[in-house]
Amino acid sequence: MSLRLSNVVKEYPGGVKALAGVDLEVADGELLAIVGPSGSGKTTMLQIMGTLDRPSSGEVWVDGWDAAQATDDELSALRARRIGFVFQQFYLLDGVSAVDNVAGGLLYSGLKLEVRRSRAREALEQVSMGHRLGHQPSQLSGGEKQRIAIARALVGEPAIVFADEPTGALDSKTGASIVDLLRELNAAGTTIVVITHDVELAASFPRRVSVRDGAIIGDERLDLRLVTT
Amino acid sequence: MTTASGRPELEPSRLLPRDILAVGSVGLRTRKLRAALSAVGIAIGIASMVAVLGISSSSQAALLDQIDALGTNLLTVEPGQSFIGGGTSTLPGASTARVRTIDGVQGSAALYAAPDASVRRSEFVDASQTSGITVYGSDLSLPGALSATLQSGTFLTDATAQFPTVVLGSIAARRLGITDLDARPQVWIGDRYYAVSGVLAPVTLDSSLDRAALIGLEEVKAHWDADTTPAKIYLRTDEEQFDRVRAIVGAATNPEHPEEVSVSRPSDVLQAKAAAEGAFTSLLLGLGAVALLVGGVGIANVMVISVIERRSEIGLRRALGATRRHITSQFLTESLLLSAMGGVAGALLGAVVTVAYSVAQGLQTVVPLEAVVGGILAALIIGAVAGLYPSMRAAKLSPTEALRTV
Repeated sequence: MSLRLSNVVKEYPGGVKALAGVDLEVADGELLAIVGPSGSGKTTMLQIMGTLDRPSSGEVWVDGWDAAQATDDELSALRARRIGFVFQQFYLLDGVSAVDNVAGGLLYSGLKLEVRRSRAREALEQVSMGHRLGHQPSQLSGGEKQRIAIARALVGEPAIVFADEPTGALDSKTGASIVDLLRELNAAGTTIVVITHDVELAASFPRRVSVRDGAIIGDERLDLRLVTT
Repeated sequence: MTTASGRPELEPSRLLPRDILAVGSVGLRTRKLRAALSAVGIAIGIASMVAVLGISSSSQAALLDQIDALGTNLLTVEPGQSFIGGGTSTLPGASTARVRTIDGVQGSAALYAAPDASVRRSEFVDASQTSGITVYGSDLSLPGALSATLQSGTFLTDATAQFPTVVLGSIAARRLGITDLDARPQVWIGDRYYAVSGVLAPVTLDSSLDRAALIGLEEVKAHWDADTTPAKIYLRTDEEQFDRVRAIVGAATNPEHPEEVSVSRPSDVLQAKAAAEGAFTSLLLGLGAVALLVGGVGIANVMVISVIERRSEIGLRRALGATRRHITSQFLTESLLLSAMGGVAGALLGAVVTVAYSVAQGLQTVVPLEAVVGGILAALIIGAVAGLYPSMRAAKLSPTEALRTV
């Protein structure tokens, strides 16, 4: 089991309830979309699943680790070794080459620079960016930047990757190629959770979890074999 | 952290020491101008402190060299205050001979006053125009006893001391307008002309001689019919016996009234001068410290701005697995690198200023190592203090807060 949320409640100071008892299980190797309009609580869900924030109550298990009870340092370790993130704004470091941006994904693992760089090169090959190793973010297109960011999320071989609106800053054609890439990576074994407000985009994923007002209102699995035949 | 299946502990996040340095310098490498400008403040502070210490060490070294060269074993014996008469006392006429017999005295020279004698360029100058020059009858051993040298000409000799011949102090010669001895200049002393045979270089151990005219002792006896009591006696002593000689010289000079004899050590004045320069140095050092403090505030300011600007980078690093400590060390390293840059640049600049000054002044260059090391150390401490609050603030940011787009 990659991820398990059990009766997760998140209340912000002032009484705003962002999550009102969420239960969710994600199995190893799944590819799913969490979809909902803005204000539905999907971003809060991502933050709690990604151990960037703690629930007010409930249980969170990530890759078999109890994230709700862990110390701050233990959560950092979990993020460094078992979790990858892809953000809408890419968050690449300016003035730093593609290969070093990707190697940055392993920075807090304690591996030596040469090892980090050689793994970064492999990860860039995997996202078809092997020809852009020395380029800086300012020299790359939006789609290329997102590929670099995906390579950075993958380079540590995490148990699960969270992608927050990964196509939000891209045109639809580039966005589609990024979704294709995520699908390929999933086919190669990576568990991927995509958070999006885009219902159309979500429809192309094998599992869709719909969120509204801090609760899960739908969990559909699409049998892709039926679609393809 | 507990696991469902009881697997081994998750390895903690780790940042290699080499990577701390690399991560800590990212901000400086990508914002070069800002880094340079904020290091300038520290550099100015350190440079001024190193230069102040260097320049004062150089000039003190010169002064101490001078003291070493001139020796600290010279005593000056002069008449002191008379307790009975209320006026100035005199040294007994026989005192010169008496002090010479003190064990430990290696050499001596005495000066005898020529009362009311004035020195003038010629007989036509009014007698009241003394130019502030004092006339003394001098022992021939005076240059040796005082380590005095001549700027030009020769000192009195056995032969010339018998005749109207004079040696002038450096200031006296200038006041009388005597620059060239080849012209065989003469000056009017008392009621006759004296040939100028030499001009003394400035006498460090007794600057009153710079304003003196020295003639032979026999001349004073002959023309001023003075009772030839010495006005001053200079004594060179054995280094080891200096204190003993100093203690007994008063009684030896004037056995009846030893309290009326004033005994001093001219090199004390030079040492006091060196100490006074040291006090001035402290004041300038204080100013340098203020500059350093202002530089430190500048670095703190830049670091606070940097933390605010790089919020999303902090969030990203936390998402990639950085602990709070890793974030603290990143920004603390950045602040330390900034101040170290300033410190090293400042120390170099201070050393260059010191060398330039001492070369221009003809001094021996002394750049004190402790000033350079201390300066760089002070810069690092300032950097650590200045970076502490901003880096703790950066570490306190929660990952979600840091990643929130503004």
